[in-house]
Amino acid sequence: MNTPKIIKDRIIQYLGEGKRFDGRKANDYREVIIERGVAKNADGSARVKIGNTEVLVGVKMTVGEPYPDSADEGNLMVSAELRPISSPRFENGPPKFNSIEIGRVTDRVLRESHFIDLKKLCIKEGEKVWTLFVDVYAINDDGNLFDAAGIGAVAALKDVKIPKYDEAENKILWGEYTDEKLSLTKEIPLSLTMYKIGKHFIVDPTREEEDAIDARITIGGHDSTINSMQKGESGSLTMEEFYEALDFSEKIHKEVFKKLEKFLK
Amino acid sequence: MERKIIIPGEVIIEGDSYLPGEGTTKTSEGIVALRYGLAEESNNLIKVIPLTGVYYPRRGNIVIGKVENITFNGWVIDIGASDNGFLSLMEVPRFVNKDALDEVLNLGEMVVLKIWAINKRGVDLSLKSRGLGKIDEGILVHINSNKVPRVIGKEGSMISLIKEETGCQITVGQNGIIWIKGKKIDDEVFAKKAIMFIAENSFKKGLTEKIQEWFKEEKK
Repeated sequence: MNTPKIIKDRIIQYLGEGKRFDGRKANDYREVIIERGVAKNADGSARVKIGNTEVLVGVKMTVGEPYPDSADEGNLMVSAELRPISSPRFENGPPKFNSIEIGRVTDRVLRESHFIDLKKLCIKEGEKVWTLFVDVYAINDDGNLFDAAGIGAVAALKDVKIPKYDEAENKILWGEYTDEKLSLTKEIPLSLTMYKIGKHFIVDPTREEEDAIDARITIGGHDSTINSMQKGESGSLTMEEFYEALDFSEKIHKEVFKKLEKFLK
Repeated sequence: MERKIIIPGEVIIEGDSYLPGEGTTKTSEGIVALRYGLAEESNNLIKVIPLTGVYYPRRGNIVIGKVENITFNGWVIDIGASDNGFLSLMEVPRFVNKDALDEVLNLGEMVVLKIWAINKRGVDLSLKSRGLGKIDEGILVHINSNKVPRVIGKEGSMISLIKEETGCQITVGQNGIIWIKGKKIDDEVFAKKAIMFIAENSFKKGLTEKIQEWFKEEKK
């Protein structure tokens, strides 16, 4: 059942007092837990828990042809799936609008931050390159799947071992890995979402709060540089509000980064 | 016999000296559970108090639902059961302008209702009783409908304890939706926390004492 309007009124009223239903403040993040290497069959995987929200991310590597406009670069594909197990609102079937959006937002922050050195994934220019599939699965939805997907993708990529590849036979030796890891930049990109409820900005909403939002803006960045952005929902942001969101996101980036540091070494 | 947690298929008690009650069946092995919950015995009758499962509407239940649709002679209301509920114009105890049903209840609004009949077409709801009507303020809490009896307690002991401690008005729908309205939002959130605590610990013994202790600790 969707959250009714009276709860939305109460959330806004309570935010006016500077409080949220679960005792957090507007800029408080829930506890984040990351486990790496949870899936045996993936080349890299991670499970991210933000409060009750849970996301599983797997990375699989195959060899394929490069795109004509980037003949010497590996391919990166990010997709998200919102499984019906995670929430009664998600149905089985082809990906819908919200899961495509999560996939694309995550894709953009990884690509534009140049987190992965795609040039090193080239085997033979114009013919053979590594293709990275990053798959995000929602296990439990208690709000803020966007951030969970972003954090999970980074954690899973840090976990990747490159499989052995037989160039003569043109096949991947299943279950055998080289000692090589993906070549990643030191700065970790994070995509964090600011949610606007009434006049207030909050981070990391629960399901109830996410139902009440007017607008959201996802800002991806690394090392105090902004590299990607996505605005969602029907509400609007004025110029002042937009600057407020930017300042807010800078603080949150630092805060969340501290929380994640121990997991992402 | 003491209350114990059982799972479907588990033999609760062997022998022929007991009768199967709600949520159980009799086999050659003895009384076997059909649902997950607490097994209880009284007067040689074994029954299971379920801890999970969906809500089955019963006549006379007070429920809280959401207006899903407006038709020419009433409202379709989602009460969280397999069937939608229907509130007919005739069951509203005041004058309703037939051209403007949405002035009384609009889409998405929450209402406290009573189930007055169940038939194969669905569940018929009524507003003709005290304490029923539209909810215009407060917060709502969702719990599993099987835990509602624990939240209410024996003869309402638990719910009156929460009301006393938090100073909120609380209406418990049998479908697991609870409406809390207090003077301050802090009180409402506190009452919500208490109800969630009961829902989490619903299978434990001596719950009323536990919640009393919990209140003492939280109020420090």
